[in-house]
Amino acid sequence: MALLRITKRQEPSPLWRSALVFTGAVATALVLSMLLLTVRGISPLEGLSVLMTGAFGSSWALQDCLLKAIPLFLCSLGVAIAFRLQIWNIGAEGQFALGAVGATWMALSFGGAPKFVLLPLMILAACIAGGLWAMIPALFRQWLGANEIIVTLMLNYIGILFLDFLVYGVWRDSSGFPMTAAFSENAIVGKIGASSVHWGLAHCAVLGLLCRLFFRYTRLGYEIKAGGDNVQAARYSGMPYSFLVILVMVLSGALAGWAGFLEVSATVHRLQPSIMVGYGFTAIVVAWLARLNPAGIALTSFLLAGLRAGVENLQLDLQIPAAFGSILEGLILLTVLAGGFFLSYRILFKRRV
Amino acid sequence: MNADLLIALLAAAVVSGTPILYATLGEIITEKSGVLNLGVEGAMMTGCFCAFITAKLTGQPWLAFFAAGLAGLLAASIHGLVCLVFQGNQVVSGLALTIFGVGLANYLGTPYIGLAAPGFAPVPIPGLAEIPLLGPVLFNHDPLVYLSYLAPFGLWLFFRHSRFGLGLRAVGEFPAAALAAGLNATAYRWAGILGGGFFMGLGGAYLSLAYTHLWTNNLTAGRGWIAVALVIFAFWRPGRAVFGAYLFGGIMALQLRLQAGGANLPSSLLLMLPYALTVAVLLFSCRRRGTLGPAALGVNIEPSS
Repeated sequence: MALLRITKRQEPSPLWRSALVFTGAVATALVLSMLLLTVRGISPLEGLSVLMTGAFGSSWALQDCLLKAIPLFLCSLGVAIAFRLQIWNIGAEGQFALGAVGATWMALSFGGAPKFVLLPLMILAACIAGGLWAMIPALFRQWLGANEIIVTLMLNYIGILFLDFLVYGVWRDSSGFPMTAAFSENAIVGKIGASSVHWGLAHCAVLGLLCRLFFRYTRLGYEIKAGGDNVQAARYSGMPYSFLVILVMVLSGALAGWAGFLEVSATVHRLQPSIMVGYGFTAIVVAWLARLNPAGIALTSFLLAGLRAGVENLQLDLQIPAAFGSILEGLILLTVLAGGFFLSYRILFKRRV
Repeated sequence: MNADLLIALLAAAVVSGTPILYATLGEIITEKSGVLNLGVEGAMMTGCFCAFITAKLTGQPWLAFFAAGLAGLLAASIHGLVCLVFQGNQVVSGLALTIFGVGLANYLGTPYIGLAAPGFAPVPIPGLAEIPLLGPVLFNHDPLVYLSYLAPFGLWLFFRHSRFGLGLRAVGEFPAAALAAGLNATAYRWAGILGGGFFMGLGGAYLSLAYTHLWTNNLTAGRGWIAVALVIFAFWRPGRAVFGAYLFGGIMALQLRLQAGGANLPSSLLLMLPYALTVAVLLFSCRRRGTLGPAALGVNIEPSS
């Protein structure tokens, strides 16, 4: 009689095995979700080809991917910092909204200021707004023991409604639509050359690098990693755990806020409710898939941005509801999570006599 | 405020609290077994759509109600598969289930937006409904509300006085000891996840069958997350969950009334109320004595060779 024997692997899995499991998991998720297309009478193969063409099929599509990858990368870099310390920041969406609000506030108040003053001012306001918004759950957690998952999540709803409140109210444009007036030329981050990709890409590169250096070479970065591995040990060795929790949340929120700044300044050029498309939630998927490593986050945000672009193509070409994107993302996260089993455990078939 | 208005508001609080109550009870069952399921919103939405489509196709509300329970159970079984079989992280798996479940319901439901399906109508209980104040507030509702009155009591009995319920709690507190005592810890956790998912599905069903009677996307609107917070507020006790659920039902009913009554406040601020209340409720229920959850909550049982 053959029996399954499961033992924990002693050594970390080699890269090839991680790559194999990851590919297998994503492929499983793609197959399952494509089968769901048959509900609407669309052949899975046709769906897959439309998805892939929309994602990576042309230079225009690739530029669109990069555009979508920028906010994803920043939000995801942020949540990954918090996840390192095992702090579950599910609030990137709300922090993104607050960042956009902060940047807009500066753009509307000082629209006449020169570019080299206005843009840093907008970034600063976005980071402060996003960072403070993320600090609320951190303080509640450390003072009162409130679960940060739920508080960050509730602050998402409140943050988005606050954005709505502003654009439907005091900031509403004279046109009457729920949006602010268009930003002045000085409040806009420009495009790179003749492409449709904006200079936010360079911001991502710099911030990603800083993040990597922070974790590799600074004491605080080390403490965050160590604190995430073992809270008790970190406290016992005298690390300022509460301070670390607040720090990671503020950094996390500031990065999401920065993404919000880029979205209003570089992509939309005004504040409107339609900027909230769920980057903050996808960022959690990205961070987890990339196992919290900055280089991995860059690659994964590009891939998931591709899926978003592909789903938009499905919407246009085959009238697939936008919710299909959530199915895809949820399934990928579930299969990759399950696939992790094969990386940390060894499965042997044992023959019992 | 005159008495009629107050009675109407309290009755509305019970109605809008009912879906949250079912979902909170579901999460209590799951967490008692030591599994944190953050996929409540996903399981609720799947149940919500399944109830709607079953009622639409068959015209049988009761069948739809139980089908929704099964849909919630199926959705939760994904969480079980990832966490119990594949040892995945419970927090991330629950989040993924929410993303997936909400996406699935919205994807399948998009063609039906704005369409109605047969559901439940209020059935006053003869005798009880005539009691002043209590009658109209508690006994002039649809059958699903009455069913939800029985559920917390049943669960209390289950956790306190049944062998199975005690085993479930033991597995949530200290799986190794439960294993040593000869209980199949993983099987109990499966029971907790599936039973909890069933209740979450019922909560979703209430929204499409009794609360709105028609389909729109994102019908749950964060109620699943409110349920997760209420479990902490309720100290994992079914009885206190009733109180919490009606508190939220009350604030939602009040918000609707203020909006309809043309209150001089922007609707976006009014819509914030339940979410802000969730945070407030969490702050109040944290750090009290004897209010910690099951000791092994969120920790997977490592497979032994």
